[in-house]
Amino acid sequence: MIRVILRRTIEIVTAIFLFLLQITWFKGLEIASVAPNLLIIFVSAIGVLRGSREGMLIGFISGLFVDIYFAGILGFYALMYMCIGYAIGYFKRVFFAEDIKLPLILVMLGDAIFNILVYGFKFMLRGDLSFPYYLMNLILPEVMYTFIVSLFILPVIIKVDRLLEEYEKKGASKFG
Amino acid sequence: MFGRRKKLNRAKIKLSNKYLFGILALICIVSLFVGMNFNINGGPLSDLADYCFVPMQKGLNSIGLFASNRMDELKNIRQLMIENAELQSKVDELTTENSTLKLEQYELESLRELYDLDKKYPSYKKTAARVIAKDAGNWFDTFIINKGSADGIKVNMNVIAGSGLVGIVTDVRKHSATVTTIINDLSNVSGMMISTSDYCIVRGSIKSMNEKQGILFDTLNDLNDMITEGEQVVTSNISDKYLEGILIGYVTEIKIDSNNLTKSGIITPVVDFAHLEEVLVILQTKDYD
Repeated sequence: MIRVILRRTIEIVTAIFLFLLQITWFKGLEIASVAPNLLIIFVSAIGVLRGSREGMLIGFISGLFVDIYFAGILGFYALMYMCIGYAIGYFKRVFFAEDIKLPLILVMLGDAIFNILVYGFKFMLRGDLSFPYYLMNLILPEVMYTFIVSLFILPVIIKVDRLLEEYEKKGASKFG
Repeated sequence: MFGRRKKLNRAKIKLSNKYLFGILALICIVSLFVGMNFNINGGPLSDLADYCFVPMQKGLNSIGLFASNRMDELKNIRQLMIENAELQSKVDELTTENSTLKLEQYELESLRELYDLDKKYPSYKKTAARVIAKDAGNWFDTFIINKGSADGIKVNMNVIAGSGLVGIVTDVRKHSATVTTIINDLSNVSGMMISTSDYCIVRGSIKSMNEKQGILFDTLNDLNDMITEGEQVVTSNISDKYLEGILIGYVTEIKIDSNNLTKSGIITPVVDFAHLEEVLVILQTKDYD
């Protein structure tokens, strides 16, 4: 039980840390007014490494941070991130350790779907139909930038996850 | 026996997974509707988040600023030495010029008093605040300042930088507040042309901001073709949220709409939104009573 609490704490602290990095430092590293989406990297990674349940919970919590600070109304981003985490969790069964290609593809896919959903709910429903423009100037650049950043972040997340798993297994065998 | 038990366990987890998803999704949707219909948001939850996030944000920001400042310093030292010599000669030149300008300044001030311009654009009470974070996504232009309800900030207070309008406070927590800028895609400001006092609506737009470095305006009534490029646009007296007479920007493009009655075009804002570090919050909301 303690080990599960340890894992949850580490996950939530990482989500907080990445959220803060995303809205401070990485906003200073904007290229053509586009910044990477670190939270989607983390939510997708947790989804593919740990499955739907944890992906969904981490997505919900990460989305809640964004809601509290930027949305004005709670719920929208929490729902978005949660759905992405939940859906990506289904890929856990085809994921093998040391294989970074699948998480990378899923991060890009998750980021693209997330942005298309934001466009759909917040722009298209207002009557703004210039989707090709947003796709070329906002969504694709963000997906590419997020992909490049995730090349550095994903291996670390996978490594920490493996270490935690080993630690948990050790504990389990000790108790019988 | 064992295999069966394992299977049952797995089935149980899977089921509760779906239920959990449903419950969380329901919470989100209910909260969305409640928030939209009754204008409730966060409350104690956002204050709690504030205690946790704001100190960390400040720390991260100061580290980031320190690093980027050191980098800039190293880059600039050689350039500065050359510039310094040039500037020294310019200083002498300007000192003489300055004294003549000072005389003119006194003259201007006395003339201003005469015209009583102060009354038209009253000097509001302001407080300075630092920008500590920007929007988490790339779709919207909002940012967070390091002052909140504890410093007297309220929702709907206007935010300016230099002499231009930046935006409006849309959400207040104890030690931080969210500011929505006028270039944000959802923002609308009632504007006024300074020479003719004709009203127009100024709309934020990421698209025109990216392409033309400006925001859109429309429904301008200008039957005598008085408005040209370079015209100053200020906030209007009929706006219910923005105080009167704050400079928004300059008209850079203007054309007649297809209805042949109104005009629309592009305004270049005076504020540099990409490099906002410090802003001023006007400690006064527009009330009618």
